Amino acid sequence: MKGLVAGPVPAFVLRRAGATVLLLLALSLLVFGLLYLAPGDVARNLLGTRNVTPEALAEIRARYHLDEPFLQQYWRWLTHAVTGDFGTSIRTGRPIGPLMLEKTGITAATAGLAFLLSVLVGIPAGIVTAVRRGRWLDRVLVTASVVGVSAPGFAIGLLLLYVFALGLGWFPIYGTGEGFLDGLWHLALPAIALALGLGAFVVKLTRAAVIRELDQDYVTFARGRGLSEAATLRVVLRNAAIPIVTSLGLMVAYLFGGTVLIEVTFALPGLGALMEESVLFKDVPVVQALTLAVALVVSVTAFLVDLSYLLIDPRVRARTVRR
Amino acid sequence: MSGSPDRRRRRIPVVAILSAVLLAFVAICALAQEIIAPKALEQDIYLGVVGGGVEGHLFGTDQLGRDILQLSLAGARSALAGPLVVALGSMLIGFLLGTYAGYRGGVVDMLAGRYADLLLALPAVLLAIVVAGLVGRGYWVTVAVLIVLFSPSDVRLVRGAVIEQTPRPYIESARVLGIRPSRIMFRHIAPNIVPIVVANLLLNVAFALVALSSLSYLGLGVPPGAPDWGRQLADGRQLLGDNPLAAVVPGVLIILTATAVNLLGDWLSDLLDRRVVAR
Repeated sequence: MKGLVAGPVPAFVLRRAGATVLLLLALSLLVFGLLYLAPGDVARNLLGTRNVTPEALAEIRARYHLDEPFLQQYWRWLTHAVTGDFGTSIRTGRPIGPLMLEKTGITAATAGLAFLLSVLVGIPAGIVTAVRRGRWLDRVLVTASVVGVSAPGFAIGLLLLYVFALGLGWFPIYGTGEGFLDGLWHLALPAIALALGLGAFVVKLTRAAVIRELDQDYVTFARGRGLSEAATLRVVLRNAAIPIVTSLGLMVAYLFGGTVLIEVTFALPGLGALMEESVLFKDVPVVQALTLAVALVVSVTAFLVDLSYLLIDPRVRARTVRR
Repeated sequence: MSGSPDRRRRRIPVVAILSAVLLAFVAICALAQEIIAPKALEQDIYLGVVGGGVEGHLFGTDQLGRDILQLSLAGARSALAGPLVVALGSMLIGFLLGTYAGYRGGVVDMLAGRYADLLLALPAVLLAIVVAGLVGRGYWVTVAVLIVLFSPSDVRLVRGAVIEQTPRPYIESARVLGIRPSRIMFRHIAPNIVPIVVANLLLNVAFALVALSSLSYLGLGVPPGAPDWGRQLADGRQLLGDNPLAAVVPGVLIILTATAVNLLGDWLSDLLDRRVVAR
């Protein structure tokens, strides 16, 4: 038990966790500062085009603490945010925490589905291209993956909408559906649009990792000893899995960037659409909360990826500890 | 990379040629916008939306009665100009800051590293949406925002390449000869990292094209009414029933252009890689 608490590995974990917390603090300051400096008066925005008396303006400023000095505002916001209280949305007047929570489901479902799709298709495709390197199938798939990496998700999404929803009528055009199967059916096109870029990236990643392993001496040796191709491939894949699995975690960041555009395209009421509406309306508290939430998810994932490296690969463990 | 690198080195692959041809076409449209698409912004409210194939409007019109073909050709300008400036600007920052940080180390290196950590912890497109949405809505403001967001990865790239060059004998001898550090950095090291920089430039252009059109799509890039593919897609979203070509044409153009830039960039970096290895 004692070894677990005091060994060099926990020290590394602690150091890494501390760095993550520091990074998040810096990010929160950056996000808050950026929005604090943003031009445009939130209070005026809120009152719209109505005739505004200075008293009403001052009252609004006081209610949203817009009249306090910067650091005081930041500190108030941060201490509340840590407890899950992100304040109220200026646009809807609702508390932000529950607002975000109710929209998380759709975003998580779409992103999760996209992640699953891209992994289930991307990894086998990547392995095939690596094994058949230089053949026509490899060239076709590699070129296709460049298209997938390059094409913006919203352009793909609109084309999918046009062909499969409007043209062929296989999928619904808008809406989220009711129940599990209907929901899945409604989320299929958005998830595919989101998965395309991601899947192409997985193909590239898997191909590079498998090729790197195939070029190792141990593969030549295994073949020389007369091991079957299947048996050789099994060893290769186990070694190639390490960089693939750890990179998958980092793709969470990519998903969050793409989900805004996909949700706008398919009119899905998720976190991404909330982000778009809030940015356009300059609903600063919501934008702050969402940005911080994304930063939290991304840096915690990066932290977990670093830890999983330690768990999966003994060589990394040894190197880290020695340092 | 395949079994016969010699044959492939001499022959330029078909996809690279096709990409170059497409990009040349887009570049011509961007440069000669006034000649190629003189009526891009001409509205015809009475006509309104019509589908493709109508006389005088091969791809139909949008809500304002503007010709989709002309509008799409005119959109080439904002599709190339902004991304080029983003890639060049971010590369310039990356080149100067990365070279200095990599060669001198110290406080600059530390600060550049932290700056990169900070910005890379958030998805670039998301940050761009937030910053462009709140700081200001204009094409060149958005371009400036993207330069700041893109530069950290360029700083890292150049820094890594410089650190790799520094221990080599030619740098050590230059140091022993008493040559000024600034001269070593920009006259001795710089030419050796140019291949990496150039290959990365094209990949950045493709990424910036996607980012900029994403922002325009959300209404944060170009002003309303300007010819821009992202903006056209946003407008065309409402027209999928009446004139789907209003969304399909700019959509296909974005996909093709971004893919062409990436394919060319991949081919170029392969080529340069091989040359570096050959040396």
